[in-house]
Amino acid sequence: MLRAALPLLGLPLAGAGATEEPTQEPGSPGEPPPGLALFRWQWHEVEAPYLVALWILVASLAKIVFHLSRKVTSLVPESCLLILLGLVLGGIVLAVAKKAEYQLEPGTFFLFLLPPIVLDSGYFMPSRLFFDNLGAILTYAVVGTLWNAFTTGAALWGLQQAGLVAPRVQAGLLDFLLFGSLISAVDPVAVLAVFEEVHVNETLFIIVFGESLLNDAVTVVLYKVCNSFVEMGSANVQATDYLKGVASLFVVSLGGAAVGLVFAFLLALTTRFTKRVRIIEPLLVFLLAYAAYLTAEMASLSAILAVTMCGLGCKKYVEANISHKSRTAVKYTMKTLASCAETIIFMLLGISAVDSSKWAWDSGLVLGTLFFILFFRALGVVLQTWVLNQFRLVPLDKIDQVVMSYGGLRGAVAFALVILLDRTKIPAKDYFVATTIVVVFFTVIVQGLTIKPLVKWLKVKRSEHHKPTLNQELHEHTFDHILAAVEDVVGHHGYHYWRDRWEQFDKKYLSQLLMRRSAYRIRDQIWDVYYRLNIRDAISFVDQGGHVLSSTGLTLPSMPSRNSVAETSVTNLLRESGSGACLDLQVIDTVRSGRDREDAVMHHLLCGGLYKPRYRYKASCSRHFISEDAQERQDKEVFQQNMKRRLESFKSTKHNICFTKSKPRPRKAGRKKKDGMANTEATNGKPPRDLGFQDTAAVILTVESEEEEDSDSSETEKEDDEGIIFVARATSEVLQEGKVSGSLEVCPSPRIIPPSPTCAEKELPWKSGQGDLAVYVSSETTKIVPVDMQTGWNQSISSLESLASPPCTQAPAMTRLPPRSLVTEEPQAPLNLPSDLRPSFAFPPSLAKAGRSHSESSADIPQQQELQPLMGHEDHTHLSPGTANSHWCIQFNRGGRL
Amino acid sequence: MERAPGSGRVPRVLAESPSACAPAVSQASLLRLYHRFRALDWNEKGYLSRVDLQQIGALAVNPLGDRIIDSFFPDGSLHLDFPGFVRVLARFRPVDDEDNGNRDPKEPEPLNSRMNKLRFAFQLYDLDRDGKISRQEMLQVLRLMVGVQVTEEQLESIADRTVQEADEDGDGAVSFLEFAKSLEKMNIEQKMSIRILK
Repeated sequence: MLRAALPLLGLPLAGAGATEEPTQEPGSPGEPPPGLALFRWQWHEVEAPYLVALWILVASLAKIVFHLSRKVTSLVPESCLLILLGLVLGGIVLAVAKKAEYQLEPGTFFLFLLPPIVLDSGYFMPSRLFFDNLGAILTYAVVGTLWNAFTTGAALWGLQQAGLVAPRVQAGLLDFLLFGSLISAVDPVAVLAVFEEVHVNETLFIIVFGESLLNDAVTVVLYKVCNSFVEMGSANVQATDYLKGVASLFVVSLGGAAVGLVFAFLLALTTRFTKRVRIIEPLLVFLLAYAAYLTAEMASLSAILAVTMCGLGCKKYVEANISHKSRTAVKYTMKTLASCAETIIFMLLGISAVDSSKWAWDSGLVLGTLFFILFFRALGVVLQTWVLNQFRLVPLDKIDQVVMSYGGLRGAVAFALVILLDRTKIPAKDYFVATTIVVVFFTVIVQGLTIKPLVKWLKVKRSEHHKPTLNQELHEHTFDHILAAVEDVVGHHGYHYWRDRWEQFDKKYLSQLLMRRSAYRIRDQIWDVYYRLNIRDAISFVDQGGHVLSSTGLTLPSMPSRNSVAETSVTNLLRESGSGACLDLQVIDTVRSGRDREDAVMHHLLCGGLYKPRYRYKASCSRHFISEDAQERQDKEVFQQNMKRRLESFKSTKHNICFTKSKPRPRKAGRKKKDGMANTEATNGKPPRDLGFQDTAAVILTVESEEEEDSDSSETEKEDDEGIIFVARATSEVLQEGKVSGSLEVCPSPRIIPPSPTCAEKELPWKSGQGDLAVYVSSETTKIVPVDMQTGWNQSISSLESLASPPCTQAPAMTRLPPRSLVTEEPQAPLNLPSDLRPSFAFPPSLAKAGRSHSESSADIPQQQELQPLMGHEDHTHLSPGTANSHWCIQFNRGGRL
Repeated sequence: MERAPGSGRVPRVLAESPSACAPAVSQASLLRLYHRFRALDWNEKGYLSRVDLQQIGALAVNPLGDRIIDSFFPDGSLHLDFPGFVRVLARFRPVDDEDNGNRDPKEPEPLNSRMNKLRFAFQLYDLDRDGKISRQEMLQVLRLMVGVQVTEEQLESIADRTVQEADEDGDGAVSFLEFAKSLEKMNIEQKMSIRILK
């Protein structure tokens, strides 16, 4: 903004160093200091940006002052106050400087002040509402503006012919038409400023506001055409010029819209790839939208239309792609910029009005213009509405028409355009300027002041804000589908038909192209409402002091924003017990689908979140915790380091992978390790790349059906902060876990325990019985170091084995509903994987390839040798997962952790 | 549609369908519907079957298409005659102001009343016709509408929440009254109307 407004004050300022604002210290006199100066004013070096900043500061302070009194702002629109303030400031400047300074420069206005406002309104335009009323909006914008321009211009000319305008206003029909074209357009800035405070019903608002945005194209064309006609002289205008004028209407409007849509496409596409540079996402939005504006301006197309379409078109995809924080940043920055620009515009309008040197007053012209714009606006609205109501499902009634007529505010666009006129070509410019200022002031101040009481008096339907509910959202979709279907049956290709078509196209192609896979999958509207409701619930839950469930409550704010699991759990909690006050853990258990998953999720999250403190507080939620001691945790850290190193070295030898190798190891250790391992992953919450193999590349390792999902997750924009969860699974045959566990203590002999579902299972310790717990705790204490090593091995090998094994056909089922497919030794405690955690299979491609290619062959034995040295003393029993009909499927679940 | 029906025949059919069958649908709309009816009935059997409706291309991709087709065939009938056709579509007629003003309270509700519009939507959910949308039924609809992007469990959560949001008597299902209540803020008259059916 600072830079943006720079020319605004810079231009008129040149050389006006010490004389302007009362707030500003005079610069030091220019005599050069003889020697080294201790203290030196360098006013001129900072002058321009300093003044810009000062102006913005003044405007902001003024806003604060206005809003100190609720009474004032409830009666008087802010825009009025700002204009009045501008008048006062302008008067002060005029008195001090003896000449008018700091006026609204058209260049500044169009290049810097207008774009943020238009972008803001386009981006946050309720698109559904907009398109629902597109027909009416377009009619008012195009036909209405043309009507206003021509009738006003012609009527003024008639007024002049009738002698009611002083003869010193030297203007012909063309001049009046030119004036009519610039004065006729409803101004988006003024409309927005006033209507935002009035709160009329949304249909009315979108019609007036949409009109004010879209009529820019018409205004621009009319203005340019008339201007060039005036410059050519009316005698030289030929029939082809009129045709060109009409054609240029289409070129300017459609061209502007096209530019906007192209940039919207680019913007959406760009944000698809910002996963790793979140920080520039908001910047991209502004840059590309501004680029759209400038491009359209450069090609003398309708820039307002371009930015509007850009904002309108990109929003859906951009919002899906960028992170939650970026969304907030975009929203606030946009609102700040727009509000800032709006404030400055109105203030400068006020200041500009003081400059009487540009004025030339003619009462006839001023009064005539005022009357005509009001009259023709009303007439135009009535006529158009009558036509439109023939086609509208919901007709616009008389009250709507009154508000629409009265809400046709003129604003800074008209002022900037009239300033741009060339005095040499249009001798009556000064009169036009004065008239425009009066019209703008009249509409903004008088109409702006009175429209609120008018709306109240007419009992215009106000907008009602109600929170969206899932039912409404769902049923609304149902209605849409029903209507589309009925239109199909009736054979009428109406609005619903085309909207349905568009949505299908969007779903099939556009969204696929412009949204991240991960975003695409969760940007369903119903889902979105669900998500927002959950967020709201969660916030209110926390606000109400959800300390009863501190463990659960604590994890909420820290969850990654898109982590659906968090929402699920919150919902489950909340819907079982309306408020946070009486939540108790049993309640969660009654939730059928959510309970187990929730346990698992909670566990992982808690592990992730609560790892750092050396001493963990277990009492309150022991049920959800692995009971592990500090020792174990340290072990894990050691293990992690080891693993990292080992895997690094392992990577170098990855060509020689021996997938069928079975690790001989103390059964007990192996198994316990598995337990620990999964925990480790979840617990220490290091990003997966700590494990080494996530780094290299992502490979999809599953059956075809799962492929999509996996690739999704590999490109999922899960933020860096994710843990990894290993879940190993095998069919029952491999795991005679019952026996194994029985013989745990007795048998330290190296026989591999295949990475089995049990590992994963035990990972969720609360699922396993006390006996198990005891077993592995004891083993933990006894053999720490070997255990670490072996864990490392287990892990790497099990992952390899999983690679090597033929794709497991049950995998898809598993990713969806893991509990179902697990064969467990403790049937009463099935492992429940949080299915919401997206599985991601990331392996070095070569590794996976190797694994696959060798999966059926027995050529792996030589390779086994390669790995020998790494494996140390362990000897191998051969247990080939391929031959035993055990299908491994290891899931690396990158669960949410923060 | 292309085959312009004989000018003599239309009035006869229209006469056959008294206002009880096609209430309050204007003559122009009735004519239009009749043309459409005959266009859909491509082998001129005088009624429509499910297949006829299923052949409408856009309906096939409509996630609720099958259910909507089913709602044209009440009580498991296989044939849809013209009056039945009109009766279903009459629900989507926009609500006129006059409809509410001078209506005889003894007369049955017009087909395009708010409640009837809602009832049409409701029976799309209520597959087993027990007057309640169970969680399972809600889940099925959600599955159709939300598509593949959301996992089954998330869908279940949504269904749970949706049902609970509307469920007031705590029976774990949404009755018609609860359904209507959950939409009371919505302008159904406007949302469930098609202009050309005036």
